[in-house]
Amino acid sequence: MKLSGAEIFVETLKKEGVKVLFGYPGGVVLPIFDVLYHEKEIRLILPRHEQAAVHMADGYARSTGNVGVALATSGPGATNTVTGIATAFMDSIPIVVFTGQVPTPMIGVDAFQEADIVGITRPCTKYNYLVKNTADLPYIIKEAFYIASKGRPGPVLVDLPRDVLANKADFVYPETVSLRSYNPTYIGNRWQIKKAADAILKAKKPVIYAGGGVISSNASQELKELAEFTEIPVTLTLMGLGGFPGDHPLFLGMLGMHGTYAANMTIHNSDLIIAIGARFDDRVTGRVKDFAPNAKIIHIDIDPTSIRKSVHVDIPIVGDVRLVLIDLLKELKSMKETNEVIEEARKHWAKQIKDWQKEHPLWYEYDDEVIKPQFVIEKIFEITKGDAIISTEVGQNQMWTAQFYKFLKPRTWLTSGGLGTMGYGFPAALGAQAAFPNKLVFDIAGDGSIQMNIQELATAVIERLNVKVAILNNSCLGMVRQWQELFYGERYSGIDLGEVPDFVKVAEAYGAVGFKAVKPSEVEPVIKEAIKIKKPVLMDFRIDRMEKVFPMVPAGAAIHEMIFLEKKKKTEKMKVVR
Amino acid sequence: MTHILSLLVENKFGVLSRVAGLFSGRGFNIEALSVAPTQDPSVSQMTIVTSGDDRVIEQITKQLNKMIDIIKVSDFSDKDYVLREVALIKVSAKGADREEALRIATIFRAKVVDSSPTTYTIEVTGDDKKIEAIVNLLRPLGIKELVRSGPIAILREDKNK
Repeated sequence: MKLSGAEIFVETLKKEGVKVLFGYPGGVVLPIFDVLYHEKEIRLILPRHEQAAVHMADGYARSTGNVGVALATSGPGATNTVTGIATAFMDSIPIVVFTGQVPTPMIGVDAFQEADIVGITRPCTKYNYLVKNTADLPYIIKEAFYIASKGRPGPVLVDLPRDVLANKADFVYPETVSLRSYNPTYIGNRWQIKKAADAILKAKKPVIYAGGGVISSNASQELKELAEFTEIPVTLTLMGLGGFPGDHPLFLGMLGMHGTYAANMTIHNSDLIIAIGARFDDRVTGRVKDFAPNAKIIHIDIDPTSIRKSVHVDIPIVGDVRLVLIDLLKELKSMKETNEVIEEARKHWAKQIKDWQKEHPLWYEYDDEVIKPQFVIEKIFEITKGDAIISTEVGQNQMWTAQFYKFLKPRTWLTSGGLGTMGYGFPAALGAQAAFPNKLVFDIAGDGSIQMNIQELATAVIERLNVKVAILNNSCLGMVRQWQELFYGERYSGIDLGEVPDFVKVAEAYGAVGFKAVKPSEVEPVIKEAIKIKKPVLMDFRIDRMEKVFPMVPAGAAIHEMIFLEKKKKTEKMKVVR
Repeated sequence: MTHILSLLVENKFGVLSRVAGLFSGRGFNIEALSVAPTQDPSVSQMTIVTSGDDRVIEQITKQLNKMIDIIKVSDFSDKDYVLREVALIKVSAKGADREEALRIATIFRAKVVDSSPTTYTIEVTGDDKKIEAIVNLLRPLGIKELVRSGPIAILREDKNK
């Protein structure tokens, strides 16, 4: 039996196990929406902006580990997806974005709502397709899901011309995919793993530095085993948070620009770095030429291009992080030699790290009049007992959350790490809530970022996605303000957001619930009330405007050259007038 | 250092743009590039001349290998290969210069492929040194137009097999 392209599209999605589709209609994709009208197995969620649709698919993917799917129309619908796609690309998130396209005979004539979206997204997708024949739809869609999720994951875009959706063809769903030009390496090289195990046994000052690859390959259990078996401390990148329990005694906290002093000092002074699914991003290494001067580096990554891109690697291991860790553990367990000199050195190393932890722990100055943002985050952790999915926007809200919320489990942390997309957190939280309707999902936001996709309150209310948004409201673009204060002589330019809007009223206007907290004593009751209410809630926490993210590695410095929060005298304390 | 990369790629539309985009997006150099289908019409062969230090070349090869449409990447630089380029040179040839142009062409085993009362068009094949050499000799006669194909390369077969 022949089916229309739109019917083939929906049938193929079902075969791929798609349960939720974040889609915004428009002229050329009408045939798809017409099929979706009768569709029972796929839940269609209508966002209020195509960018948000892609972030939702991204949040869905990060929280479940499955491919997230978004759909937009041609032209502006398609171009609106670009930020979402680039966000997923930088963080290696498996999503498939479908865009409509003008009919094939009209491509290239500047037709109404035509955009060369395949050309536009070529540098920010893992791969993309323009479908030219209806009969090609099933295999292209299957390939798209395969490419998005296998190897190093990433976004794939499929452009669907209107005539391809309208024409009919036989529906033949291919059971397997085989691409002669795409065969990622999953199993690590035996010899390299042996060499790595040997280096680990001989190291006097080792450290594990793990990133988002631990999350994408579902390797947190193996990582924990490795750390516990070898008693090597672990630091995580921003993307890796949740990949190792935040309350584990071997956990040093995040490293890098706003990492902990202990993590950065441990990396800087180590003699062996075991890098696992991390890519030595500039926010992690600081000044590259002074990065960990005495360390040998083992680098485990599925993507060979990540290895030796910015730092020299002594023992590269290309492979799936989880599979390599399993083999590495096996190797280590078979070796089991003990060496007193090494053991003694390790003890000394552990003590040294304890001292660093004591010297400059993460801290903030609690205040009983003004709400400190870190206090709000600690309270959210305390009240949820860490059993929540947390997304953030980008800026101070993101860094404070990374520092002060103890992520205990993988896939509970959604943040735009690579691209740093303001406006990501709220739609991503909605995507996660769509995947887990009964879980508690928080978006920890700033008053700047939340306004970049605040229209999604409508989606939240109508789709009953009861996300709790905690706005750390300092009436300004806090991270930019912090840099202007520290590095631009306090010339505050273009950062003042005023006390606009009234977030409680905004929430109410959309049919959500709004709360405002001005005093620290109001924080806990507001969070508890927000959790109780079965509706989306916007919490407006009026925080200390001058609060900064510390410690900090200034741009261009090495990661051990950190600046810290200095204890202020009571009288000097910033008064915040509200 | 200059490297010659030979790629086997899927013969699909957009592949050239992906490869070119990779080079421009990551700040790598392309000095010359040529593409054509192979004996298997679903596969094209690309020869890219690029330059950079070892780290850059390592990144280029890895990034190319990572691209979905690229089947194989070989770096010919430390191998034994045959390299050829074609140049078409339209040179002014009047009076005594007509004889001189033909003489130069003969020395380089080049062919005259078109002629008019005042010009010759000369086709020459070789590596870039040979092409530079003939161009330099023809220049005094007056080169009106010069078109070069960019190099293509193939590995020499092992003679001991």
